[in-house]
Amino acid sequence: MSPEHRSPILRNALAIGAATGAYALSFGALSVAAGLTVPQTVALSLLMFTGGSQFALVLTLGAGGGWVPASGSAALLGFRNAFYGLRIAELLGRPRGWRRLLTAQFTIDETTAMALGQEEPAASRYAFWATGLSVYVLWGAGTLAGALGAQLLPDPRALGLDAAAPAAFLALLAPRLRGREPWLVAALAVAVALLLVPVVPAGVPVLVAGLVAVAVGLRGTP
Amino acid sequence: MSIWLAVGLGTLACYLAKLAGLSLPARVLERPRVRHIAALLPIALLAALTALQTVSTGSRLVIDARLAGVAAGAVALLLRAPFIVVVAVAAGTAALIRVLN
Repeated sequence: MSPEHRSPILRNALAIGAATGAYALSFGALSVAAGLTVPQTVALSLLMFTGGSQFALVLTLGAGGGWVPASGSAALLGFRNAFYGLRIAELLGRPRGWRRLLTAQFTIDETTAMALGQEEPAASRYAFWATGLSVYVLWGAGTLAGALGAQLLPDPRALGLDAAAPAAFLALLAPRLRGREPWLVAALAVAVALLLVPVVPAGVPVLVAGLVAVAVGLRGTP
Repeated sequence: MSIWLAVGLGTLACYLAKLAGLSLPARVLERPRVRHIAALLPIALLAALTALQTVSTGSRLVIDARLAGVAAGAVALLLRAPFIVVVAVAAGTAALIRVLN
């Protein structure tokens, strides 16, 4: 790959890392506020390394849930990464051995979206690792800063960080909404998830929304 | 102690999910149906996560400054703003509305 092809990918990777780093500040602060220690909070970001699951885990613990619902909701929310893994395995030529173990750790929303957005395999591989390293470092650093600054930082809501999170998801979603079927799936998923919010435990509406994709995919595939 | 247990078990489950996706046999991936579903899944999940994080808190649906923030972010997206600008516009709008209130 030529440097002209690499530099826009690297720019995007750093921008995504910076955005998730800012998001990590609020995760670190919210986690400590929920009763986790700084080492526990940072361990989640370095080891679990999948934002939605981390939020689900600390917010469940903070709401008084025990280790069963806390780890269960994190697992349910993290299950989507298995399907990102399917795409990454295609794009990165099915890595083996230790390389597969490392690739697995970096298989998250941001790296999958960036790898999928490229037009050739070499660019996908570069985008995956550039985004993975950028997000890993800045997600970890942001978490540590947020956890340490939890007492000093004003209410994350006052900074609008709770609106930044869904906007980031929307920005990842928007490029996929081309054609009638993606719009249909997105609309159905939103409707199902919101209807379920009051009646099922946190984390479950997202999973059921995933079933919408499975149902449409089963019906619509020739 | 039970917090470390939650951290450990949750981490293990999340890692195994990631690894399972990378480790399934190639013939599973080559089925058009699996390919189609795998392409639609992120759309459904990202759409649901966007909606849930915008208008829900715990098990309640809540309309607050987040909705205006995300709407402003959506406008920025339509104007082809870069990722970081979209996120900043959303956060800034929500923060501004809270200050004005």
